[in-house]
Parts: sequence; C-alpha cells; structure tokens
Amino acid sequence: MGGGAGGCGDDSSDDMSVELGDEPHVLAVDDNLIDRKLVEKLLKNSSCKVTTAENALRVLNYLGLGNETLEGTVSKVNLIITDYCMPGMTGYELLKKIKESSLLKEVPVVIMSFENIPTRISQCLEEGAKMFMLKPSKQSDVVQLKWHLMK
Amino acid sequence: MDLFQLQRRLVDYRASLYHEDFLDEQFSQLQDLQDENNPDFVVEVVTLFFEDSERLLNELAKALEQPIIDFKRVDAHVHQFKGSSSSIGAQRVQKACIAFRNYCEEQNVEGCLKCLQQLRHEYSLVKTKLESMFQLEQQILSAGGSIPM
Repeated sequence: MGGGAGGCGDDSSDDMSVELGDEPHVLAVDDNLIDRKLVEKLLKNSSCKVTTAENALRVLNYLGLGNETLEGTVSKVNLIITDYCMPGMTGYELLKKIKESSLLKEVPVVIMSFENIPTRISQCLEEGAKMFMLKPSKQSDVVQLKWHLMK
Repeated sequence: MDLFQLQRRLVDYRASLYHEDFLDEQFSQLQDLQDENNPDFVVEVVTLFFEDSERLLNELAKALEQPIIDFKRVDAHVHQFKGSSSSIGAQRVQKACIAFRNYCEEQNVEGCLKCLQQLRHEYSLVKTKLESMFQLEQQILSAGGSIPM
C-alpha cells in the first residue's frame, strides 16, 4: 500500500493468471485510507483493475511524469479518479498536470470531493475533468463513471 | 437463544442503529459491497476506520495541548475524520466533526476542546455498537446460519 521506492499500492494480487484485455485499469488517488479502500472495492465490483495511490506525487511518478520516473513500470491507465482535497498537490493541480502532458492528456480524469461547491465543480470540468463525483462514493456513481469510459 | 432469535435480534439491533442516527445510508452501501469474493469487507473497512480514528483522536489531543495551537493542523485532522466517518456512514461522528470544524475556523480553544470530548464520546459509542453488531453476526455464523440482509 504505497510502500517501496515511491510506488503505488497494487492490490489486485489475486488476478495473477489471465490478463483480461478489456478490464479497464483505473488509478485511484486519495489521501484518506478508508476512502481509498471504498473506491477500490467499488471499482473492482465493476470489473476494473485498480491501482491506488495516496498522493498526487506518487501518481506522477507512476505515470512517468514525475522526477523519479520508474523505468518499465508505466502501465496503461484507462481512467484516473482523484480526490480534490489532498495535502501537497490537490486533485485539481494533478488534473492540470495530466492535461498538460502530451502523453496523458487523453486519459479521462474524474474528481471526487465531499464538498459540493459549484465554482469548484465548474473549474474542474473546464480544466478537462470528465466527471465530478460527490463523496461518499456509491456504486451508482461508479456505474455512471464506467459508462463514461465506454463511450 | 436459537438461530432464529439471534437473527431477529440482529435485524432489530441494526434497525435501531439507523433509527438513532448512529449509522446512515452509506453504511448500507458498504454492506451491499460485501460478497463472496470479499466476505469480510465491512469488518475490514470498519476496523481500518477504528484504527485511523484512534490515531486521529490522539493527534487532535496532542495538537490541542500545544501552548500555541495550530488550528490549521487541528482542522486538517478533523477534516480527515469527517471524511472517513462519512464514508462508512457513521453519521453522529460526522456531525460532531462538522461542529468541531466551525470552532477551528473561529480559533476557539474552549469550543475545540469541548468538541474533542464530544467526538471521543460519539466515536466510542459507535465503536461499541458496531462491535456488538459484529459479535451478533459472528454468533449467527457460528450457529450455522446466514446473516439476514
């Protein structure tokens, strides 16, 4: 769970056999442990492969955008779902960094937040977020999210 | 007590927790997520919540003992606590956090200390209730029954 040389926790250890090509790989970012666990389960229930991270910096490193790019560990990511309020780099700042990258700007980004602030929501959508989800996360939100992905 | 009575007791107990606002809708979301692949999901998440909460309560106590209180830090901890309690559906704990944050904003030490007490109280209540509920579930499983939904 986020241990080792700046890596992200990969909890899909039971899927070691066949690599199902159509299982979307989702990167979930949240500094809150309970929220990470919840979103991970919701995504797995929707047949997604999930990698979790506890802050934006680790995500950037994982995606090859950070200062410590880990050779050969950049896997294809189909969706990034991130909490807005995080210490250090916020979800919004992470969104901007991703959209600025020629390599990753096509990856859909979803922002989650406990707070329903319209200006925050429009700010994120304007910056290119695919969707804004209100926490606490529910199964219906993830279903909607997946639908967005499949389009 | 036979199996049927145990199951009945669990259903009633759970209903009372919702009725008294200890738990809300979000907790049922958690229960719905539990399946054969993850039969202990709820217990796992709730255990994580207990551990995290205890850590946060300690941090809060320490932060409020300082000669010069860093209210931003206190607020950050309460924010975390509010987040986790909301995610597992611990409604009364979440409400206590909201009140706490208001006092942080006002930089009101007295208010914060009172809120911390209240928060500890609500947390220990919900912890006891959830533990009792899990115990009942265990008893049912041990007696060879299944948990009524």
